[in-house]
Amino acid sequence: MTTILDPTDERVPVARRITPRTGDITGVVGLLDISKPRGNVMLDELERLMAERLPGVELRRYRKPTFTKPCPTDLRLQIKSECNYLVEALAD
Amino acid sequence: MTTAFDLIDMEGVTRAYPTGRPSLICFVKEDCQTCNLAAPVIESFARAWGAKADVWMLGQSADGNLILKDKHGLTLPILDESGCRTSFAWGFEIVPALFWLGADGTLKTRLEGFVRQEWQDLDTQIAADLKAQPAAVAWSELPEWRPGCGSKHLDPQIHDKLLADATDSPIRARRIEIASADDIAEFMYDQGFSDGLPLVPPTAERVLRMLNGTSRGAQDVVAIVPPNMAPVTVEKIAINAVMAGCKPEYLPVVIAAVEAVCTDEFNMHGVNATTMGASPVLVINGPIRARIGMNMKLAALGPDNRANATIGRALRLVVRNVGGARPGGTDRSTLSTPMKITMCFPEWEEGSPWEPLHVERGFRAEDSVVTAFAMTSGPTQIVDQESRQPDQMGGTLGLGLESMFLSKIHRMPTDALLVVCPEHVKTLISEGDYSKARLRARIQAVTARPLREMVANEISGAGIPLAMAAKMSEAHLSSLVPKFADEQNIHIVVAGSEAGKFSAAFHGWVTGPMGSISVSRKIET
Repeated sequence: MTTILDPTDERVPVARRITPRTGDITGVVGLLDISKPRGNVMLDELERLMAERLPGVELRRYRKPTFTKPCPTDLRLQIKSECNYLVEALAD
Repeated sequence: MTTAFDLIDMEGVTRAYPTGRPSLICFVKEDCQTCNLAAPVIESFARAWGAKADVWMLGQSADGNLILKDKHGLTLPILDESGCRTSFAWGFEIVPALFWLGADGTLKTRLEGFVRQEWQDLDTQIAADLKAQPAAVAWSELPEWRPGCGSKHLDPQIHDKLLADATDSPIRARRIEIASADDIAEFMYDQGFSDGLPLVPPTAERVLRMLNGTSRGAQDVVAIVPPNMAPVTVEKIAINAVMAGCKPEYLPVVIAAVEAVCTDEFNMHGVNATTMGASPVLVINGPIRARIGMNMKLAALGPDNRANATIGRALRLVVRNVGGARPGGTDRSTLSTPMKITMCFPEWEEGSPWEPLHVERGFRAEDSVVTAFAMTSGPTQIVDQESRQPDQMGGTLGLGLESMFLSKIHRMPTDALLVVCPEHVKTLISEGDYSKARLRARIQAVTARPLREMVANEISGAGIPLAMAAKMSEAHLSSLVPKFADEQNIHIVVAGSEAGKFSAAFHGWVTGPMGSISVSRKIET
């Protein structure tokens, strides 16, 4: 038998579970623009439609400084503390 | 250190130390002449004191134990120490090695090799300690001195394995056992460890030898590797370096390369993720190039040199295995590039009329430095066998670079790495000094085109949109625009064979804070 050493970061594989669906949307919905061109166009339209159909829901806009880098920790924590839901818009 | 052990004797009985009695523990190996000289003496010791003390022989080879027993008519317990774990733990170097220990385990005397007087003194000491007669040994018939042999546990193959298994081993990585029925290479493919090419199995022994290449602690965290933002230790880099085929002396270069690409400036996350297919390209400068045998001349950008080939590969394996960057995951390259498997070469500083890259970037000439560039294409050849004037040569290099991304696109805020071959260098300096600044200016001058050539047209829709161009004045459209937004986007090094008028260029990605900025790191050995 040969023993080798694990070359990975040894994360224990975890089966991800999606957040339970409640059937309605309440509270605050964040709309995150990742700063890729025309992402704002999609989010503008989504915001308009959501405001129309979900009048009781507060919509907040967020923006990553650049799509090429991971979301800054502060922004991630801010979104987590302020929102119940988040829509992240890709683009191109 | 005289640690406890359980070893099996030739009758199959497990002998456990400590025994609660005084003990004389004797390590021997059969293929050592001095051990053969000493074996009958040790047998005499056992016969003299066996009733009051445990006199055991620990033989470092199971087959050798049989031979010793037959050859010398031994009756004392001979224990199978072929695994050498006790030898390793007790920490001597020469066999025969004798340890005289009190009932409470106190070490009273320790001998290595054979010095007759020392052994005779030990005989007297043990007899006194046990209040018994000295052993029946004809001391005068024995030689005064014989050197022993190196203990088997110090054999490099065995020692590294024992070190890896020891409790104070620097190894902390999860161990993966591969069943003997499994093919190791296939197993590693199945686990997803490979970049597509075969890997060297990272056994603990190999990783330990790799760790000898650096003075840094195995558990030092070198960087946080995107996209998983996973901390990478020296040990994890060593494991991936083993798999890539590196020698231990390459490890400091790999560590510095990991440091360089895992900076916010270099932005390994974006480099890896972009659909454009960018990759780190490593340029090595300084004395380490020669020390580890890198190839900076003929075929410098190509195959066959182990250091050139495996350092870049080790970096890539760290990024994919520790950082989790894999095609189809966060690596979204449309076509990708073979540079993502490996791309690393040294500058031929000695063949260059210019300051080496690392000195240009603020390091001392005697420093060894790795510089990481994010590049999407290359090496693309720039061919000119005819130019004889320095400015013609500079002009050719400029025209060669104009093809970057798309020849009609100019004023690009994008890096290029130009590798000038020695024959082209010769032409450039044929009439005297030709500085890098002059070459950069020449590249910009020969690639300057009227802005109107960059407007979208029926041949190519790329470039300035027609609607935008319509708002521009004639003078504006006639203004000349060079290929690069800034001369500093043009990085220049020398490499390659002294025969052949073929330079090459690597084409960048998005240069700047939004994309990637080239990063240099000193290699600490």
